[in-house]
Amino acid sequence: MKILRIDTQKRTSAFEELGAYAGLGGRALTSRMVRAEVPATCHALSGDNKVVIATGTLTGTIAANSGRVSVGAKSPLTGGIKEANAGGKFSQMMAKLGIMAIVLEGKPERDATPCVIKIDASGVGFADAADLAGKGTYEACALLNAKHGEKAGIMAIGPAGENLQMAASIQFTDPENRPARAAGRGGLGAVVGSKKVKAIVLDDSGCKAEPVADKEAFKKAAKRWAEILGSHPVTSQGLPGFGTSILVNVINEAGGLPTKNFRFGRFEHAAEISGEKMVEIINARGGKAKEGCHAGCMIQCSQKYVDEKGQYITSGFEYETVWAMGANSLIKDLDDIARLDRACDDLGLDTIDMGCAIAVAMDAGIIPWGDGKAALALLEKVRTGDPLGRIIGNGTGFTAQAFGVDRAPVVKNQSLPAYDPRAVKGIGVTYATTPMGADHTAGYAVTANILKVGGSVDPLSKAGQVELSKNLQIATAAVDALGLCLFVAFAVLDTADAVQCIADMVAAKIGQPFSVDDVVAIGVNTLKDEIAFNKDAGFTVQHDQLPGFFLKEPLAPHNTTFDLTAEEMQAAKVS
Amino acid sequence: MPINLKCYATLATHQPENAAALSVKPGETIRELLSRRGIPEKDVAIFMLNGRSVEPTTPLKDGDRLGLFPAVGGG
Repeated sequence: MKILRIDTQKRTSAFEELGAYAGLGGRALTSRMVRAEVPATCHALSGDNKVVIATGTLTGTIAANSGRVSVGAKSPLTGGIKEANAGGKFSQMMAKLGIMAIVLEGKPERDATPCVIKIDASGVGFADAADLAGKGTYEACALLNAKHGEKAGIMAIGPAGENLQMAASIQFTDPENRPARAAGRGGLGAVVGSKKVKAIVLDDSGCKAEPVADKEAFKKAAKRWAEILGSHPVTSQGLPGFGTSILVNVINEAGGLPTKNFRFGRFEHAAEISGEKMVEIINARGGKAKEGCHAGCMIQCSQKYVDEKGQYITSGFEYETVWAMGANSLIKDLDDIARLDRACDDLGLDTIDMGCAIAVAMDAGIIPWGDGKAALALLEKVRTGDPLGRIIGNGTGFTAQAFGVDRAPVVKNQSLPAYDPRAVKGIGVTYATTPMGADHTAGYAVTANILKVGGSVDPLSKAGQVELSKNLQIATAAVDALGLCLFVAFAVLDTADAVQCIADMVAAKIGQPFSVDDVVAIGVNTLKDEIAFNKDAGFTVQHDQLPGFFLKEPLAPHNTTFDLTAEEMQAAKVS
Repeated sequence: MPINLKCYATLATHQPENAAALSVKPGETIRELLSRRGIPEKDVAIFMLNGRSVEPTTPLKDGDRLGLFPAVGGG
């Protein structure tokens, strides 16, 4: 495996050996490289920043659910280190091309023509992409697939990334060639945009992934791995049956579904935006209720959501999006929410930060509460570069500043996801302390707090939350490093030999002993890199806290506040 | 003594018609209610009573809101 460095200003490239980065994959590799090579105090849109796109340690093997991609850089949104993770075809194709990481370096002039980078068995090519400039990701990817073949896997940014918007995502094409998979959070699309890269196209024709070192041992461990995922009710029934929006009703019942910009813990129209309702609509209209985001996915939580005429609207239609565009904005029409999701994927925007920004704009009186059509019109202003679009596309914190709204649900300037931390305190600890800014995927304490997975912790009590968050932050960093889908964690947390099975797969892949302790060490070391970067970037203990209204305003129905101090939450961070 | 019972996701087939005002016997526990209605307890992962997760041995009372969930996850 090699590292591919690309000088975006000179449009040159060079393959190099892994060297000091040998043994690292996914988030462990992106965070180590960003820590080692990007000055923590640099401007995120300057030539000093780098975009690292890494495949996972287990990606390219037959291990189920191992095809995720990690993208790392200094975040223009948070000012700290960022890893955003996505599905799609890209990561497995990188593995087949023998590329562990693609590193975008340098910065062309502001008025330089954007380019498309094509990577295949013959090498790396650059092409002017003036024809794709300003185009949405759906049109751009369709044109690129027409030119480079249906087999190609694509990473692309939309108009938001090109315009250097702080909530810009990076989109990846799924097995159906739809750019519906997002490395959404932290504005990494803007960093790609600053380097004038519109898309990277991969073609792995004629390439074969590096063989695993011990084929028989790998087969044995991978078989057990598939059994683990295939026998846990969440990964084998809940997620394939209803998608991630299966959470709408349970989080609503638990009083933790943030409603009207985090004013209430329940939404009276929750049932209308639930996973159950989504599946009912999809089946009635002839869509597809379950799909995988990459080859070898056993969980199949994605879908093809269609309109009344059976025409495709969107895919990768997640709980977080449905909540942000739905309950939090009081929008109850699932078709409106689906179109907002499609618009975000097409414009290249993070759905969570956009949903929260829309709610903030509603708080400011810019558009009415619950008006899905007005929300879509507002989002579409990002496409034209309209000043209102420039505001909203910079995310929740910026939108709140622009309109003088003091109710800004952000940590480190990144918006909170779909669990109110006053009713699910464990996830609040993660929001406050992860180096990523408010992020549910960084330590998903909703498991033991609400879902009774991996034990049980009272969601309204402080007790046990800091330790729970810490352990999950470590586990998550390891999962992200290996290229595994985070949802494997539901099965792993409840299966005694699961982490051993993961260690066995890594050992068989690399042909060296690899223990459960080594898996844990990946997570710990990754977090250490990230925390060290953020410290050098200027983050202090005081930044590890939720906005004041979560500490003061009781949340119905449980009427609780978030009552952990930044000091007591420090123990959630590895040291 | 009416309670509100909601059966979610794969349990939806057990949803009674009068779910918003389902009669329970005085002191009847969740487990007894499930048994009486033929809802297999092994299929229920989360018993959410008035927004709090409880054990199936919990007795029900007037006006309770009970949500039954299979194993669910996402994010």
